[in-house]
Amino acid sequence: MLTIKDLAVKFPSRFGDFTAIADVDMTIAPGEIHGLVGESGAGKSTVGAAVIGLLQSPGFIANGELSLGDTDLRDLTEAEAHAIRGDRISMIFQDPQTSLNPLMTIEDQLIETIQAHSDVSHAAAHKRAVDLLEEIGIKDAAQRIKAYPHQFSGGMRQRVVIALAICTDPELIIADEPTTALDVAVQSQVLDLIRRLAKDRKIAFMLITHDIGVIAQIADRVTVMRKGRVMETGETAQVLGAPTHPYTQALMDSVPPLDRRIDRFRVPDDEPIAGAKGPTDNAAEKWLLEGQRHDLTGLTLQNLTVRFAGPRTSLFRKPDPYVALDNVNLEVKPGSIMGLVGESGSGKSTLAKAITGLVTPTGGQMMLGDAELPYGKARDRHHPSRQLIQMVFQDPYSSLNSRHRIGDILSEPLWFYGFVKDADERAKLAAAMLTLVGMQPDALEKYPHQFSGGQRQRIAVARALLARPRFLICDEPTSALDVSIQAEILNLLKDLQSVFGLTILFISHNLAVVRQMADETAVLRNGTIQEVGETEQLYAAPTAAYTKSLLDLTPVMPKAWQSTS
Amino acid sequence: MVDFLKKYEGLWLFVHSPAAIVAAIVAVLIILGAVFAPWLALVNPYDLSSFSLFDGLLPPAWQDGANPKYLLGTDDQGRDMISSILYGARLSLVIGLSALTIAAVIGVGLGLAAGFYGGRFDAIVMRIADVQLALPAILTALLIDGIARGILPTAIQQDLRVAVLTLAIALSLWVNFARTARASTFVQMNKEYVQAAIMMGQRPIRIMFVHILPNILGPLLVIMTVDLASAILLEATLSFLGIGLPADSPSLGTLIRIGMQFLLSGEWWILWIPTLFLVALVVSINILGDFLRDVFNPRLR
Repeated sequence: MLTIKDLAVKFPSRFGDFTAIADVDMTIAPGEIHGLVGESGAGKSTVGAAVIGLLQSPGFIANGELSLGDTDLRDLTEAEAHAIRGDRISMIFQDPQTSLNPLMTIEDQLIETIQAHSDVSHAAAHKRAVDLLEEIGIKDAAQRIKAYPHQFSGGMRQRVVIALAICTDPELIIADEPTTALDVAVQSQVLDLIRRLAKDRKIAFMLITHDIGVIAQIADRVTVMRKGRVMETGETAQVLGAPTHPYTQALMDSVPPLDRRIDRFRVPDDEPIAGAKGPTDNAAEKWLLEGQRHDLTGLTLQNLTVRFAGPRTSLFRKPDPYVALDNVNLEVKPGSIMGLVGESGSGKSTLAKAITGLVTPTGGQMMLGDAELPYGKARDRHHPSRQLIQMVFQDPYSSLNSRHRIGDILSEPLWFYGFVKDADERAKLAAAMLTLVGMQPDALEKYPHQFSGGQRQRIAVARALLARPRFLICDEPTSALDVSIQAEILNLLKDLQSVFGLTILFISHNLAVVRQMADETAVLRNGTIQEVGETEQLYAAPTAAYTKSLLDLTPVMPKAWQSTS
Repeated sequence: MVDFLKKYEGLWLFVHSPAAIVAAIVAVLIILGAVFAPWLALVNPYDLSSFSLFDGLLPPAWQDGANPKYLLGTDDQGRDMISSILYGARLSLVIGLSALTIAAVIGVGLGLAAGFYGGRFDAIVMRIADVQLALPAILTALLIDGIARGILPTAIQQDLRVAVLTLAIALSLWVNFARTARASTFVQMNKEYVQAAIMMGQRPIRIMFVHILPNILGPLLVIMTVDLASAILLEATLSFLGIGLPADSPSLGTLIRIGMQFLLSGEWWILWIPTLFLVALVVSINILGDFLRDVFNPRLR
């Protein structure tokens, strides 16, 4: 039905044309869900945009054939292309927050779309809209249709977006990361809906995603892309289960499995940190080891509660507090890795901020080792915990000051905590530390924007280590990174932890990642701890219903497909 | 060369923007002329012995009855127009730049602190800024002028006129800096590098000036160029109205005021030449400011 042949898209730039994708071949049959997978910059979204004719200016199709049924998509006038968009090809975007008009009711948006593509009366369009909403699983559709987008939850909103996409009976729907912004529970519902629509209505889906778990769960066929080229294409089971292309193999190796723990990820040219095998003469490593004046340091939280001021309802009344953390008890054993999982809004980041002093708790007690940690505002600037606790942040693009050189960023903790007085010594130590985290020492003279996300995250880890911490908080350290980079960073963290005996609080929404990293795992939901336990045990036999459902709903690959490393 | 331009995006945009190039040339010529006025000018308009009343009201060189020595003619006192303008521009630029510097120091300092501390401090600073914004610049200038006249001994009042004018202009410009700095600081406060610095326990002063300030320089630089033009215009307005500089030390505004008397009497050049000069200066600075804003904000391109 949809046929793509030799497709090439170029973007003219000041310095010659930049080829975004080239030689892309693909066919999608009616009712088929075709997964398009690849890391950032692979050109997946560009393929989708080329098909629907919404290439970002000044991009253009340089070569190739594009046809939907008998229609040649490249041979259309502007008006014809416009008529096909929405009528025969629809699109589902990543973020349901922004793809619906916040000032129009769902009813108006649906009716507008239906009437734009078929000549029906308002009443008929209304009836069709209500039927559609019922079909995609919105209860009380006749009532709910009068609501505005903000009155729906994220998952419901994405359903409405899907309803908008199917209200004209399209033959093909391009879904660009349709579930990336959603929590797992909602994600699985949306995926079920997509599968049902493909089966019942014979709609072809082009499912663009970076999440191999999602592809494994619902795609019939899959195309793997990298740097604008197709690496491999075929039946999902065959491509993911027995990949023939080395890139696909490497990609599969770096996907963390949910159902078991692996020692290290297999990453091309990955070397374990030297010290993992035995002492070396790396200056930074020696310096760190000799700085271990403190023993392994644990952390205990007792009845930790954090409340924020909620929305003000009356000028004369105090606003109702919003409880971000509710009586959290948690013990991180010295020298272990504690995993903390939870969906968005569960309070994971608030917990990290309370420990580091960025947020002042309303009650409870925090102990670092044997010493009590003062609350955020009461913790003075020279408190020892400010050195002992360090943090690796989620977004490597904002955690490094873009106007400072790497050398300055890395020397700052050495200077600030008064470890090394001499500037040259500091630079030497920073260079040695860069080698330790797997980077070239010449990075010292460069600025953060000259590095990729993964490299920046390595620099962020190096900065944290140069404070000689005993307790490291990693807040979603890999969720902004591609899977292959994620595997490298996770390997790095494991190595460093074993060499330097760090205690780590590892925060993530990704259950599979936590399983690979953590000795113990805590599950957080709406500010309360649902369950704490040894990781393997918790994953094998969860006791809390919430943990069970989280584990069940996370898309996984069938066991048979997994590489045995 | 191409590699060099690739590296510096701003420079690449510059050589491909004719308006920016022309504006830059005009601005640089005017500034050089003002800086080197004592060497370039035919007469010193502040020195009564260097010109003579007999040369008064001579038209520009291309009109009948002109003295080729005075290319753009002379005013009623016999001062060479070019010389007056160069010296006037010199005064205008000095006042504009010093007012701008004072405004930037006050505004950026308060704005950074307001954005960093937030809460009550932020509210107080911003309400003061709102009040300042509600007062027209001329009113502020009149106020300060009045206060200065009231409290300063008459003997030094004349000597301090430049300082009073500068202060008045600075006071009406700092709000722009404070607002921009505060808004940009708010954005940076959510960035993780700032949180990392706070976590380490670094001193607020260091976080504000070493970490945040370099990251908000872009928008501040744009405000600076645009406000330099406003400062020069404001000075011209005040001098034109007679609140600013007296006739014996003429800035551009004073020159225009003097020229007003001759508007209808045929000696058009006394008014028009300084006016066109002021327009050229302000417009070219504004074009450069717009260009800078485009460089720092790629989305507007």
